[in-house]
Amino acid sequence: MKAISVQSLTKRFGSFTAVDNITFDVDQGEIFGFLGANGAGKTTAMRMLCGLSFPTSGQASVAGYDLYTGSEDIKKSIGYMSQRFSLYEDLTIKENIRFYGGIYGLTNAQIKDETQALATSLQLEDKMNSLVKSLPLGWKQKLSFSVAMLHSPRIVFLDEPTGGVDPITRRDFWSMIYAAADKGTTVFVTTHYMDEAEYCNRVSIMVDGRIDALGSPTELKDQFQSKDMEGVFLRLARKAQRAEM
Amino acid sequence: MKAVTVKGISKSYKQEKSSVQALADISFEVDRGELFGLIGPDGAGKTSLFRILTTLILADKGTASVDGHDVVEGYREIRKHIGYMPGRFSLYQDLTVEENLSFFATLFNTSIQENYALVKDIYIQIEKFKTRKAGALSGGMKQKLALSCALIHKPSVLFLDEPTTGVDTVSRKEFWDLLRNLQKQNITILVSTPYMDEASLCDRVALIQEGRILDIDSPEGVTGKFGKPLWAVRAADMYALMRQLRKMSEVESCFPFGQEHHVVFKGDDKAKVEVVLRANGFSDVAFRRIAATIEDSFMDLMTKEQP
Repeated sequence: MKAISVQSLTKRFGSFTAVDNITFDVDQGEIFGFLGANGAGKTTAMRMLCGLSFPTSGQASVAGYDLYTGSEDIKKSIGYMSQRFSLYEDLTIKENIRFYGGIYGLTNAQIKDETQALATSLQLEDKMNSLVKSLPLGWKQKLSFSVAMLHSPRIVFLDEPTGGVDPITRRDFWSMIYAAADKGTTVFVTTHYMDEAEYCNRVSIMVDGRIDALGSPTELKDQFQSKDMEGVFLRLARKAQRAEM
Repeated sequence: MKAVTVKGISKSYKQEKSSVQALADISFEVDRGELFGLIGPDGAGKTSLFRILTTLILADKGTASVDGHDVVEGYREIRKHIGYMPGRFSLYQDLTVEENLSFFATLFNTSIQENYALVKDIYIQIEKFKTRKAGALSGGMKQKLALSCALIHKPSVLFLDEPTTGVDTVSRKEFWDLLRNLQKQNITILVSTPYMDEASLCDRVALIQEGRILDIDSPEGVTGKFGKPLWAVRAADMYALMRQLRKMSEVESCFPFGQEHHVVFKGDDKAKVEVVLRANGFSDVAFRRIAATIEDSFMDLMTKEQP
């Protein structure tokens, strides 16, 4: 079974078609890069896949659940992290883990184990009672990724997870993504860093609500005769017609 | 006279029990007409520095001047002559595009007509939406309006705090073309960015991390100091290759860079590494000698800085 299966998915707001008839599949354990210029429709598509908004037309299933009938089951089966919304700044690290663990239905014993495991793996043992707002951004991002993975979701959605972090932390973060995919988690990720597009198994590029390219980085570079993914992206995104930007 | 002078500036913020050092003894100068980049991640201190130079907050220690005026004694003069585009959108959301621009022009005793030539290239792209409320603009258009408002009084020094953060590659390229054009009009530009690749578009850059300047130089000057042979390495399984390289004692550093890994070997150990890789089943490894990028230099300086 595919982790994500999308067929002719469309979302209109009045006369504006934000997502225009997109079709694609994502395999279990795959790192799938979801690229596109600002305003291309990425966020709208992602909100539908997370069960946060209903499509106008089309079909999709996420983690085996239908988008129209199973949105609550979808929410239980996925993890989500973005640069903007992640953790509660005025709670401690421990409290955030406890809170999210509770939301995702972990037992007290599980929460205790996960808290310990997370403290060790992120080397945050002596910081567990510090407020999240006192942490440097890089640590916050690693922590919120771990929190999004607390309930071992089948799929994790990462919306620009590395925006603004330093270059070493950015690479540490991708090591965490690789490790998660290695264990079978599907990773659905957006980014504005074109070097990060190269780390994905497959990449889709949205232009004006459509998916105009889909393939492995190597396939796309061949298809668009570019030496890197930045070249591919520039060729596709430059023909965008929409007024955004 | 320098456009900007910063001498020994420090700034810290108090939290409940501890305090956070945002800037630690920063010094640098920016020449008139220069396009100067502050390159560093979030939390490096870029915004604090901008807020000190734009006379919005006071430094704990050190002195700074903009256009020859001290940031404390001469703050009124400075405010007349600078343009500032903060990282967060700070225009009036419930005024229209044209009302915002007209408001900022009036504040500085000028009019849109008087300095239209200066903002024309940028404003023309949003002019067809001039009756729309600023709050209803898309991100890219907000950014163009904010830049127009920061320019409308013909500032001598322009401060742009992370104008391209969260912006896609295509729009980022367009924005930098705009900056190059502004520079030709004799405006000194200080711009901050977390995107390392944008450093190469500046005349000079300061690499900044945790409140300290790692290096100040031209982009070529920074990368020229890397000082170690750097190799781009490729194989079919890039993740396995990285794990293998990172555990080898002959490898000083190995960082993924898109479709290649950038690797520094200790001494002349490359040949030895090739042998070990082959013995571990990597039959298809390709090596390419390359010049360091700003990001290579930044990471190298970051690791050196760590105590």
